[in-house]
Amino acid sequence: MIEFTDVVKSYSVGTRALKGVSMQIEDGEFAFLVGPSGSGKSTIIKLITGELKPTSGTVHVNGYSLERIRKREIPYLRRTVGIVFQDFRLIQNKTVYENVAFVMRAIGAKEQEIRERVPYVLQLVGLDTKSRRHPGELSGGEQQRLAIARALVNNPSTIIADEPTGNLDPVMSLEIMSLLMEINNLGTTMLVVTHEKDLVERFPKRVIAIDDGLIIGDGMDGYYHYESK
Amino acid sequence: MKEGIRGIFLHGFMSFAAICVTVACLLIVGSFACLSYNLAVLVEDVNKTNEILVYVDENLSYQEAKSVHTLINKVDNVHMATFVHKDEAFEDFVENYGEENTFTGVDTNFLRHRYKVVLKDNSLFDQTIADLEKLDGVVKISAARELAEGFAFARNAVRIVSLAFIGVLLVVSLLIISNTVKLAMYDRREEIAIMKMVGASNGFIRLPYVIEGFTLGMIGAGVAFGLEWLLYDALMGRLSAMNTLQLLNFVPFNQLLVPMIITFFAAGLFVGVVGSWSSIRKFMNV
Repeated sequence: MIEFTDVVKSYSVGTRALKGVSMQIEDGEFAFLVGPSGSGKSTIIKLITGELKPTSGTVHVNGYSLERIRKREIPYLRRTVGIVFQDFRLIQNKTVYENVAFVMRAIGAKEQEIRERVPYVLQLVGLDTKSRRHPGELSGGEQQRLAIARALVNNPSTIIADEPTGNLDPVMSLEIMSLLMEINNLGTTMLVVTHEKDLVERFPKRVIAIDDGLIIGDGMDGYYHYESK
Repeated sequence: MKEGIRGIFLHGFMSFAAICVTVACLLIVGSFACLSYNLAVLVEDVNKTNEILVYVDENLSYQEAKSVHTLINKVDNVHMATFVHKDEAFEDFVENYGEENTFTGVDTNFLRHRYKVVLKDNSLFDQTIADLEKLDGVVKISAARELAEGFAFARNAVRIVSLAFIGVLLVVSLLIISNTVKLAMYDRREEIAIMKMVGASNGFIRLPYVIEGFTLGMIGAGVAFGLEWLLYDALMGRLSAMNTLQLLNFVPFNQLLVPMIITFFAAGLFVGVVGSWSSIRKFMNV
């Protein structure tokens, strides 16, 4: 579960990125987070992943209190949250298999476990036949599916997708969104940050709209609050 | 461990560059250390020729004069004391200053038994002479103060200059190696950021890089040590072949083996591990 209560985040330069955000995303829920550039979306993601601490208010993510989390606990928090980036952030000199296996190794998984889990996850995202390819040999959609596989492989309870379709054409975008929905149906909490109205309309889910550090809409019609601004 | 070793081959060029830099730096440091050690030994050897003569009271019997040896050896700064019988001293005198016939029949009793004393540290010359003068049975001391001071100065100068040069070279090596490792890290900053984002602990992220740095440092130290040995032997061979330098007594590399192994591998370990550890810090703040 992700829970923000009256969260304010100010940066040292004096910018107030969040001005009192409260929201709650339940386990297994699917939510879109929409808002213009500079509205505070990235700050919310950074608070969830423990990259930042709130200036005031409380942030709870999967049982961790971010306002008083210890440095050595952050890796354990991050193991509960998978992240998918717009620019994929794949390691170009590793194969598809290795890109996924390496994040399991990073948390100390055993080789036997890796040999079992990685093919399963690659199959789930439809890349099982391309495990020996390198990211450069894959299409944009395939690269994003690989990024999703990487986010998924450590079995996190939450996945945050930051503009996951931003670099993809409409067909591939739908494909990726369908995949994220499928993963959500398996019980993973999903928070998708996006600008794309088409996607939000096509997948009628909860929409949290943020602007200028404040939540301006939250619900099935959240996007309309964002549009009407 | 496997990741660390694999990293070396994955980033072959940077690994090669880091090894080359380590070898070059250690070779320079090692060569300078060998040179300064030889200089120090040379100064010590020459220093040993600067003997102090400690004369024993002529009223003491031979046995009593011999017993002064124990007292001399108890003085802190005495490296070596050799008893010289007055007859032996006379023979030396005759050999050095005159024809045998000139002194035929001369009674050696006008001479004193004496000790040839070599000091450990000539910078403590005055104090040691004062200590020797206080000993029972000692009546006179003959010593070349200026020469002793000259040796002390030369030895200290060699020591200070060597330490300063080695220190500077080590710091320069560390900076160069740290920078080389930093470049390798920069190459992998994305990988490190991803590891951080998926929940790898700092220790887990660092370990392969530290193992990699350690391995590179050890390989560099091994290669540099081998090259140093070859160079040293080759240079000694050339110098020994030159007759004019036969007077100089160079230390064979075999005698330097243990300290050189320890120095090279400790330096390799230090620059490899410290270089990689410090370089990775700036990439960990994600």
